[in-house]
Amino acid sequence: MHKIESKNVNFYYGETQALHDISLSMKENTVTALIGPSGCGKSTYLRLLNRMNDLIDKTHLNGEIYIDGHNIYAKNTNVDDLRKNVGMVFQKPNPFPKSIYENVAYGLKVNGITDKKVIEERVIKSIEQVALWDEVKDKLNKSAFELSGGQQQRLCIARALAIQPSVLLMDEPTSALDPISTAKVEELIYDLKNNYTIVIVTHNMQQAGRVSDNTAFFYMGELVEYDKTKNLFTNPRKERTQNYITGRFG
Amino acid sequence: MILMLSSASTSITVILIVFFLFVEGIGVFSKKPIEEGFLLAVHPSNTIQKLEPTQIKDIFDKKITNWSALGGKNEPIVLFRTEDITEFYSEEELGENFEHFPAKIDEYITRTPGVIAFFSDKYKSKDFHGKELDVNKITVYKFLSGEEWFPTAQPVAQMGVKPLILGTLWVSFGAILIALPIGLAAAIYLSEIARKRTRNILKPLIELLAGIPSVVYGFFGLVVIVPLVQDVFNLPVGETGLAGSIVLAIMALPTIITISEDAMSNTPRAMKEASLALGASQWQTIYKVVVPYSASGITAGAILGIGRAIGETMAVLMVTGNAAVIPNTLLAPVRTIPATIAAELGEAASGGMHYKALFALGCILFLITFCINMLVELVTNRNSHKKH
Repeated sequence: MHKIESKNVNFYYGETQALHDISLSMKENTVTALIGPSGCGKSTYLRLLNRMNDLIDKTHLNGEIYIDGHNIYAKNTNVDDLRKNVGMVFQKPNPFPKSIYENVAYGLKVNGITDKKVIEERVIKSIEQVALWDEVKDKLNKSAFELSGGQQQRLCIARALAIQPSVLLMDEPTSALDPISTAKVEELIYDLKNNYTIVIVTHNMQQAGRVSDNTAFFYMGELVEYDKTKNLFTNPRKERTQNYITGRFG
Repeated sequence: MILMLSSASTSITVILIVFFLFVEGIGVFSKKPIEEGFLLAVHPSNTIQKLEPTQIKDIFDKKITNWSALGGKNEPIVLFRTEDITEFYSEEELGENFEHFPAKIDEYITRTPGVIAFFSDKYKSKDFHGKELDVNKITVYKFLSGEEWFPTAQPVAQMGVKPLILGTLWVSFGAILIALPIGLAAAIYLSEIARKRTRNILKPLIELLAGIPSVVYGFFGLVVIVPLVQDVFNLPVGETGLAGSIVLAIMALPTIITISEDAMSNTPRAMKEASLALGASQWQTIYKVVVPYSASGITAGAILGIGRAIGETMAVLMVTGNAAVIPNTLLAPVRTIPATIAAELGEAASGGMHYKALFALGCILFLITFCINMLVELVTNRNSHKKH
C-alpha cells in the first residue's frame, strides 16, 4: 500500500484551475521531490496534503487524496488530527516569538500533552534529531529570533518532528538559507528518511538529485513526469522534462 | 510656509488653551470659599481664629454643636443667619428700612457667647465688636480628597471633587469592563473567522458607529438603556452609573474593535500557518498566537477607548443621574467630571469660586487624558520596538 496516494486531483483557486488531474503515489519512508518552474502547482499540491489550502478563500478540490488509506478530504476527517500526522516545514523559517524551548513545546502543548517530563524529553529529542542540540543547549530560554536563519529552520523542523508525524512536507525549506545551512538541512533530510515519508518542493535540481528517491516534474498545473530520481534526471521520457532539467526554460 | 504657519498656530492654540485652563483652575486655591460680600463672626471672647470649610458646614448642619469639639471653650454653638434676626428683635426695633440692623446684629453677637453668625458685609456696623472668623483656603489635598461637592452651598461652598473623580473613573471602568470582551470578540470574529465579504460589510458599519454624534447616543441611552436598567434591577430610577457605562461602552466599541482588528490582521500569515500545521485548532491558534502577537495593539485600542469614555460629556450627562456622591455600586446615580463642567459652568458666576473650581476640574480631566495618551504612546512604541 502507498503511504500517500492522490487520484485525479483537480484544484481551483476561484475560477482558475491550478492543478489538472494529478495522480501521484508515494511509498512509505521515501523522499519525493516536486520540481518545476514557478507557478507550476507544486507548492499547491504539497499544501493539499495537510489541507493548508483550506485557509484560502474560495478554493475547491475534485478528486481524492489518501494518506494511510484514508481519504483526507472526506467529510469525517479531523483536520487537526491530519495535521498532527502530516507535519510541515515552510519556505521561510517561521519560529514563534517565544523561547527556543517553547517553540518546540508548542505543538505538544496544543495537542493536549501536559506532563512536563514528557514535554521536556520530546523537546530535547527533537532538537537532537535536527543536530541543533549542541548549538542551543545553553540558551533554550532565549528567543528563537536570536538564532541564525539556518538554525531557525532546523528549529522549525524540530518543532514539526516533536509531535511525531509520519509524513513531513517541506516547502522549499532551504531557499532562504546559505550553502552551509542548506547542506546541514539536506543531510538531515537524508537521516530522517528512515522514519518519515518526506515530500519536498524545491527549485534546486541538484538538491532534488541529492536528497530524493523519486521526483515529480510539474508544469502548468500538470504532472508531466514522475519517476525514480536517477531515471528522471539521466533519462527523462518527456521532452519538456528534458528541456527543464537541462535549463532550456524555467 | 502656509503649512508651517498652520501647524505652528495649532500648537500655539493648544498651549494657550492648556495655559488658560491651568491659570483659571489654580485660582481656586487662592480664594476663600466663603461667598464674596459675606462674613462669619463669633463672640469676641471666642478663642477660635480660623476654621476649615468642612467644619463650618458641619456647624451649620448641626453636626458640631459645641465649640469644644473645635478646640474652643466648652460652650454650645448658637447658629445665626440674617433672617433669624426677627426672632430677637421686632420690626420697629430694626427700623423702617432696616437702618438699625447692623447695630442690632452687633448687640446680639456681643450678648450671645456661643454664637456664630453669617451675614452680609453691608450689615457690619462701623464699631463692630464681634470677632470675624477666618476661613481657610482650600488646599490641593482638600480639593482632591474632599467628599462633598456643594459649590453653591451657604455659608461656605464645599469643593470636594473626590466623588466626581471616582464617578468618572467608575463609569469609565465599567464601560471598559463591558466593552473589552465584546470588542475583543468582535475583533477576533472580523479578523479570523468572518469571510472576506462579511468583513467588508461589517467593518465600515462599525467604523460608522464612531461618527454618530454623542447626543444621539445619549438619546438612545435615555430611551432604551435607562428604562432597561431600571426594569432589570428593579430600581427606583434607571439613571445610574451602569447606564452610563453601557452607553460609553457602545461608544468605545468602534475604537476598540477597529484598532484590535487591525493589529490581529497584522499577525503574519506564517505564524498562523505554523501553528495550524502543528495540529493546533483554529481557537488554539487565535488565543496562543494571534492574541499574544497583537496584544499591544489590543491594549492601545482599549486605552484609547477608555480615553474617549473619560472625556465623554453629553451622553453621560443624559443618563447617569448626576448625583455627586461617592459611588459604591454601579447601580447608583453618579456624576462625572465632564458632565459637572457642562452642567454647571453656565450658572457659575464668571471669575467666582465655583467657576474656578470647574476649571480646576478641567485641569484634572486634562491630566487624566494626558496620562492615558502617554500610555498609548508607550505601548505602541514598545510594539514597534519589538518588531525591529
